[in-house]
Amino acid sequence: MSEIPAELRYRQSHEWVRVDGDVAVVGITDHAQDAMGDLVYVELPDVGQVFAAGDEAGVVESVKAASDIYAPVSGEITEINEALDDEPELVNNDPYAGGWLFKIKMADDGELKEMLTADQYQEQIDSE
Amino acid sequence: MGQRTPLYDAHLAAGAKMVDFGGWDMPIHYGSQLEEHHAVRQGVGLFDVSHMTVVDVAGKDTRAYLRRLLANDLDKVGEGRALYTCMLNERGGVVDDLIVYKIAADQARLVVNCATRDKDLDWMESQTGGFAVDIQERPDLAMLAVQGPKARAFLQDLVCDDARAALGELPFFGFAQVGSWLIARTGYTGEDGAEIILPGEKAPALWQRLTDAGARPAGLGARDTLRLEAGLNLYGNDMDDGVTPWEANLGWTVALDDPDRDFVGRAALEAQKQKDHPVLRGLVLEGKGVLRPHQTVHTAGGEGETTSGTFSPTLGQAIAFARLPAGTTGTVEVEIRNKRLVAQVVKPPFVKKGQRAYKPV
Repeated sequence: MSEIPAELRYRQSHEWVRVDGDVAVVGITDHAQDAMGDLVYVELPDVGQVFAAGDEAGVVESVKAASDIYAPVSGEITEINEALDDEPELVNNDPYAGGWLFKIKMADDGELKEMLTADQYQEQIDSE
Repeated sequence: MGQRTPLYDAHLAAGAKMVDFGGWDMPIHYGSQLEEHHAVRQGVGLFDVSHMTVVDVAGKDTRAYLRRLLANDLDKVGEGRALYTCMLNERGGVVDDLIVYKIAADQARLVVNCATRDKDLDWMESQTGGFAVDIQERPDLAMLAVQGPKARAFLQDLVCDDARAALGELPFFGFAQVGSWLIARTGYTGEDGAEIILPGEKAPALWQRLTDAGARPAGLGARDTLRLEAGLNLYGNDMDDGVTPWEANLGWTVALDDPDRDFVGRAALEAQKQKDHPVLRGLVLEGKGVLRPHQTVHTAGGEGETTSGTFSPTLGQAIAFARLPAGTTGTVEVEIRNKRLVAQVVKPPFVKKGQRAYKPV
């Protein structure tokens, strides 16, 4: 069973969001990292880039395959996890903390309501 | 549900993540593909390759039939030796690549790919006209690959006296039959080791003995990164019915020495040899990123395409095979998500004895 922290919000494409004031911290879920296998490369957006919710914002690549990362909410990138450049395996080992991907200054926190709760996300992966 | 090897339960017990592979439920990894890869490069890894199709050929025309069917010449090796070869269609395209074990003048064993099983068996049957041979698939057999720098010594400690002696003496690509086992010094990882073909019902006990002694189960994921590092082609990716050995870096497996040996595809190959044709080369990505199959390669002489690509766990950078215009050398640009990244054109293998081994082209 993969871990799905109750306090986070989720996107159907397996990103999670942790809200910290007006900033959303974004990563991929334990379920997603497990399905992808060992990550070997993470391509992150640039600080200052602006995305609408649903835009492609990065790519994670495992030995097996590449997978797009989507911006779960609209806004501007304020910080990226530079440690992943040398240690992409942080996403495998610690997907909800050390393996975070990027932070977005949210343009509209109303978008969070459209994201899945932990229970809803659990239902989605149960039905996959 | 797919077909299952006799080791299906052993895979689940070892924590395998199972995937469909050519109609078989096979382990892709047992937790970490990278760790399994390194275990094979540094110690001893264990693969279940029972999904491979084993075919026995017997009868008084076995030699003549196989010299017609196969692009490599079985006469190049003696009994007790194996040979890597392709079988070709009349256009010189690769029907499949395989290992043939020369058991006796009138007996040989072929191990072909599982994804091409039906096509291969049909093709082999269709080529028997005029030859007194009997072709028998052996679904009763399982196959284990024990691979790594320490694999042979490891295996010797765990098998009967006869098998131990055989393992000590086997040359590269040699094999021995010990009771119901065929033990061969072959593999698909670039490491030393052995492949053991044995009755399916005996496979679980051997698997248990080897894993208890410390062999690390390794899945198809690691098998793919290991073979790519070792410069070994994968049928369906790097060559197929429309690609000749000249175009797949497999010219070394084509035996043209005997002018009287008229193997299937020979005329087409001889005609193509005179002309410029695309070639398969290795690529090493200079910066960060991961090469994958079917990426466009921009060269001075036109476009090419990657056929296999991955992240090399041993080198820590991306590697690929690519079909490129004749004469491509130096560096090329690979298109990855609308960016062009520089890659060096090289001659594989990428890794040998655990070390960087490729040469620039």
